[in-house]
Amino acid sequence: MIGALLWRDVRLATRAGGCAALALAFFAAVATLVPLGIGTDLKLLARVAAGVLWVAAVLAALLSLDRLFQADFEDGSLDLIALSPLPLETVSAVKIGAHWLTTGLPLTILSPLLGTMFGLPMTATWMLALSLLIGTPPVSALGAIGAGLTLSVRRGGLILPLLVLPLLAPAVIFGAGAVQEMLDGLPGGALFFLAAFSLAATLLSPFAAAAAVRLNLAG
Amino acid sequence: MASMFALANPKRFMDASAQVLPWLAGTASLVLVVGFFLGFVAPPDYQQGDTVKIMFLHVPAAWTAMMAYGLMALTSLFSLVWRHPLADVAAKSAAPLGAVFTVLGLVTGSLWGRPMWGTYWVWDARLTSFLLLLFLYLGYIALWNAIDDEVRAARAASILALVGAVNLPIIEFSVNWHTLHQGESIVRADGPQIATVFLWPLGLTALGYTLLFFVLWTIRIRTEILERRARSMMLGEPT
Repeated sequence: MIGALLWRDVRLATRAGGCAALALAFFAAVATLVPLGIGTDLKLLARVAAGVLWVAAVLAALLSLDRLFQADFEDGSLDLIALSPLPLETVSAVKIGAHWLTTGLPLTILSPLLGTMFGLPMTATWMLALSLLIGTPPVSALGAIGAGLTLSVRRGGLILPLLVLPLLAPAVIFGAGAVQEMLDGLPGGALFFLAAFSLAATLLSPFAAAAAVRLNLAG
Repeated sequence: MASMFALANPKRFMDASAQVLPWLAGTASLVLVVGFFLGFVAPPDYQQGDTVKIMFLHVPAAWTAMMAYGLMALTSLFSLVWRHPLADVAAKSAAPLGAVFTVLGLVTGSLWGRPMWGTYWVWDARLTSFLLLLFLYLGYIALWNAIDDEVRAARAASILALVGAVNLPIIEFSVNWHTLHQGESIVRADGPQIATVFLWPLGLTALGYTLLFFVLWTIRIRTEILERRARSMMLGEPT
């Protein structure tokens, strides 16, 4: 049942509207605009690469988040899913997983290419990919809370970033920080803090997201 | 606890707050006037000169802004767990006040920073986490305004406030970690040691701001209750 729901969401994300491909294109387009804005000095680009690519990845993941529950809410399938024996907490976790598989994971896979184009050395490039691999699940997870809260809001996509972005500050700080540490040759604890934040956020968020969805379904 | 639950009845709250409010407002004004006066006549700091007096406007604002978020989260918890009729209203009313005190803290801080640090803004740990606090407040207010249904809006906003309250220490920690790592955090607003001439006005203005917050909060809660009564009267519902 969990597998069926996950498979359904992944298929919907990759086929209908292709939000996974769109997030990737957005990520690449933002990354392309940055050198146009700040100049083509590769040394400078390498300094800012971690921050820029991390912010771009977070924004790209946020793009498709407002539809996480809303599409199912509008066509009524969310009511049916809520009636199923699966608790809403599990449903939220599955949807977070599906969102991550279709945005966070592809973004992670694309990031080494963009890192190289920004002049990051090989070790820092791999650290960027690793930090995104560890750090994008909380983007989907905390985003799911925002998606649940704005479920019945017509222009929820406008409010969602305001709700979620401040909460994601730790992910960006530790994620970009891990790459920066690698760049400076001073390995510190950023990656471990990122992992701790990721675990806590991914574990706790489904409960808050489920509570948010439930209040929108009731009545 | 028992008295708090007794006050949860809007009618009883209106009666009690009408009694208390003039006294509270009077005390707040008195404490603030004395605090500001002591702050104004305090001697200039040997290092900061007269700019040290901005502290009496700034530090209490920052303190009140954080307290407001704490109270908002607490009343949100009451709203979610016990479905208090008054807790929703209290949480909703605290948010704009908290946002205003946050802005006040940021503005007075940057006015102080210009002569002391030579710049209006540095990406210092406290400044950054305060800016993020402002966004948390704005998101909370925006969510309240976006959802038409009052009950639903209250519960959604409560969940958001609690998620924010859980995350706030983590944000604080990460921002601290960030600025320590960058080695930018050489500036500290005040040393651990503070002279008595500054301590008294600081304590009094902090108390004054806190009282002021409670006065404004009570007024906002009363206004919201009256507004809801007026609305249901117009709709012809029993009040």
